[in-house]
Amino acid sequence: MTDTVAAAVSILFHGTAFAMVLYLISVGLSVTMGLMGFVNLAHGAFAMLGGYVLTSLMSRLGMPFVPALAAAAVATALASIVVERLLYRRFYGGEELDQVLLTMGLVFIAIAATTYVWGPLQQPLRPPRWLSGQIDFGFREFPAYRSFLILCGAVLVTMLWLGLERTRFGMQIRASVDNLRMAQSVGINTSRLFTLTFALGSGLAGLGGALGAELLSINPSYALDNLVYFLIVVAVGGLGSIRGPFAAALLIGIANTFFQYLLPQLGAFFIYALVMAILLWRPRGLFGRA
Amino acid sequence: MSPANGAGPALETRGLRKSFGALTVAQDIDFVLQPGARHALIGPNGAGKTSFVELVTGGLQPDAGEVLIGGSAATHLSQDARVKRGLARTFQISALFRRLSALENVTLALSERDGIAGDLWRPSGRHRRVIDEAYALLDRLGAADDALRPVSTLAYGRQRLVEIAVALGLSPTVLLLDEPAAGVPSGESGVIIEVIERLPADLSLLIIEHDMDLVFRLARRITVLVQGRVLVEGPPAEIAADPRVRQVYLGERERR
Amino acid sequence: MATEGLVRTGVGAGSGAPADPVESFARRHRYRAAEALPWAAAILVFVLFPDYLPLGAQVLANILFALATDLVLGYAGIVTLGQAAFFGTGAYTAGILAANGWGEPITGLLAAAAAAALLGFLSGLIVLRTTGLTLLMQTLVVATLLHEAANKASFITGGDDGLQGMDVWPIFGVFPFDMFGQAAYLYCLAVLFLCWLAARHIVHSPFGRSLTGIRENERRMRAIGAPVMRRRLIVYTIAAGIAGIAGALIAQTTQFVGLGVLSLDRSGTILIMLIIGGVGRLYGAFLGVPLYMIAQDRFSQIQPVYWYFWIGLLMVAVVVFARGGILGLVARLRR
Repeated sequence: MTDTVAAAVSILFHGTAFAMVLYLISVGLSVTMGLMGFVNLAHGAFAMLGGYVLTSLMSRLGMPFVPALAAAAVATALASIVVERLLYRRFYGGEELDQVLLTMGLVFIAIAATTYVWGPLQQPLRPPRWLSGQIDFGFREFPAYRSFLILCGAVLVTMLWLGLERTRFGMQIRASVDNLRMAQSVGINTSRLFTLTFALGSGLAGLGGALGAELLSINPSYALDNLVYFLIVVAVGGLGSIRGPFAAALLIGIANTFFQYLLPQLGAFFIYALVMAILLWRPRGLFGRA
Repeated sequence: MSPANGAGPALETRGLRKSFGALTVAQDIDFVLQPGARHALIGPNGAGKTSFVELVTGGLQPDAGEVLIGGSAATHLSQDARVKRGLARTFQISALFRRLSALENVTLALSERDGIAGDLWRPSGRHRRVIDEAYALLDRLGAADDALRPVSTLAYGRQRLVEIAVALGLSPTVLLLDEPAAGVPSGESGVIIEVIERLPADLSLLIIEHDMDLVFRLARRITVLVQGRVLVEGPPAEIAADPRVRQVYLGERERR
Repeated sequence: MATEGLVRTGVGAGSGAPADPVESFARRHRYRAAEALPWAAAILVFVLFPDYLPLGAQVLANILFALATDLVLGYAGIVTLGQAAFFGTGAYTAGILAANGWGEPITGLLAAAAAAALLGFLSGLIVLRTTGLTLLMQTLVVATLLHEAANKASFITGGDDGLQGMDVWPIFGVFPFDMFGQAAYLYCLAVLFLCWLAARHIVHSPFGRSLTGIRENERRMRAIGAPVMRRRLIVYTIAAGIAGIAGALIAQTTQFVGLGVLSLDRSGTILIMLIIGGVGRLYGAFLGVPLYMIAQDRFSQIQPVYWYFWIGLLMVAVVVFARGGILGLVARLRR
């Protein structure tokens, strides 16, 4: 393999792995923002929670990787239901400023709470033995964990897509995103739909945060540090969509890795410029609804 | 405000067409509103009445066709440009500045009309003439009580009156009223009807309405819109007698 | 806001001659005695708390920043998380000038205002064409872009370490910026006063009233013929300029500029301070900023973690219980 091709393959690989993490975390945000019209700046806190649950279960309780992952996703989903029922639902369809302030406040509380419980340092993730090291794909070797990430991402996006297109629940979501009042008049229990969708999205975020602990390090200021990334994926992809964030995550993940390799001295500048350009061209995102 | 062309229609559309994917809201609509008209637009739900208003006022761009205000082309004008040409509308669901007072609501419209709204320095209170006129307008419509309270605290019937006042404050030549009595308890709707009846004779009026009593009381000409297409147009007596209208609207089956 | 004068003049339903409501409506802009309070308080602080003048200058500069944010957020209803972009641009403009030979404060201030206003105008052209989440996102991206740019252009900005070597000349050649902070405090107070005067005029003008219309119902404003985009752009540009002045004040009085002036934290904090005082009432900034900053000065040293917790809790509480901030509560109590 020539050098450029090898470099390109590396960039594609690592970029896609990063993209999968971004996607898992952001897809829930996109759907709930499109569905409930609720600006949830605290979404990253759920991803962070997933990361903390995973690392705590593994290091303090010695739980194996896969069950701990599942536990992280479920715990996050449950926590999100509490938050949604108690606080968020009062502000659906309300003023944007309220939602921004409310969720920012929650982020601050999350920062304080996680510092109190887990301390200010980063939580390292020690991947299980069957996922450490390299896998030989024939033409070259790739890190096993990241390959696993890509696989998870691909499987989950397929499941989401099928779920959205084929199940009744998915149909209800699509109808409600399209036209909420019409959906309500047809008898869809939108209140319950919101809660379930929110739980699903937050659970996925928890999963993404847990899986991606190596790429987006788990520390108390996680939600604030990475907020821009998640919002970018949602804004570029479009609200209320599951394909949009996927395309956006791929674009941003790969572009980010590309610039990191080739122009590290310019940092994330190009990414933001790229995002700005896309938002200029398509203010509602690549797959946003008019 | 540029006065309506003396001879020609106050408002006209030619071959107006608009679709949203598979849904067609306007199909070749030819419509004429004469100066001083009292014209009603009726039709079943989903007929495209409000879409028509949006197309005429500039909220929607048509796929084909033309809009003419006072005889001159307006199809590619922005919403605010059309207002400057003399077009004003009200909204089916009250679209007022909710936390502002009724007086403020009307004053804002008058300020736009007179072009003083761009003034960054002089306190708005100094533009006394505008405030007086706004108050007088509210008074004429019987909405001057509680003129300083936030409109969201007013009874809904009163809000609808303020809605009309805001549109009138623009001194329009063409006024589009989108279901002016919609959502108003029957006790309060009488006031609104009276207000509409007392509107100046030279104002060209198009009313969208569901309430048939209101329509037959106010209109001298009626257009019936069904699924984005003009079904029939004529004076009230003709429309009332037209079997097609009955079928579409009142569900009366022909074989009786 | 619109009904400010109402309670005072006792006009209510079914009151006397029709002239009354129009009179009180036309008098809304008149100066009231209570409006002298902030300035009296500021003078008192100067006289009674000479040790706190450096902090005081910071408070005044942040009040100015909050005032600018109020114009955009409270009056025009534009929800943005990117105000720090203009604040930071002003700070770095004044800072870079002072670090490279031109330390004259007032011209530095004007240059900062111009740079920030220009940025406001250009970004406003892009950002203000949308609303809601997209607008929020775009303002965030602009601010983050600038933050990155400032970080990487460390040969001008000093990057992570901050801008070093600022030398700000004495005001009018006579009053030096020293560690006692007297000149700094009065300088900030004077600038705040002038900008406040301008903001007050704007808010009470027909333009300012039309902004509240845009905030309350943009669709309606269009339907009465208002050029909405143009109005928003104008206020966005003006507010950006004022925010730039605030940034320059901070730079000049502390003789330092760090990357934090462009951060999301900055944008968020000024929002919080403003909300506490009350949005869209012109004086929210004067209440919220001192309260927050003094509390922060006292408590955040004790345990930084707890500070985040209490602020977060306060924000949630304000949104759930006291949406209008302190001024909102006061207005509600008066009724």
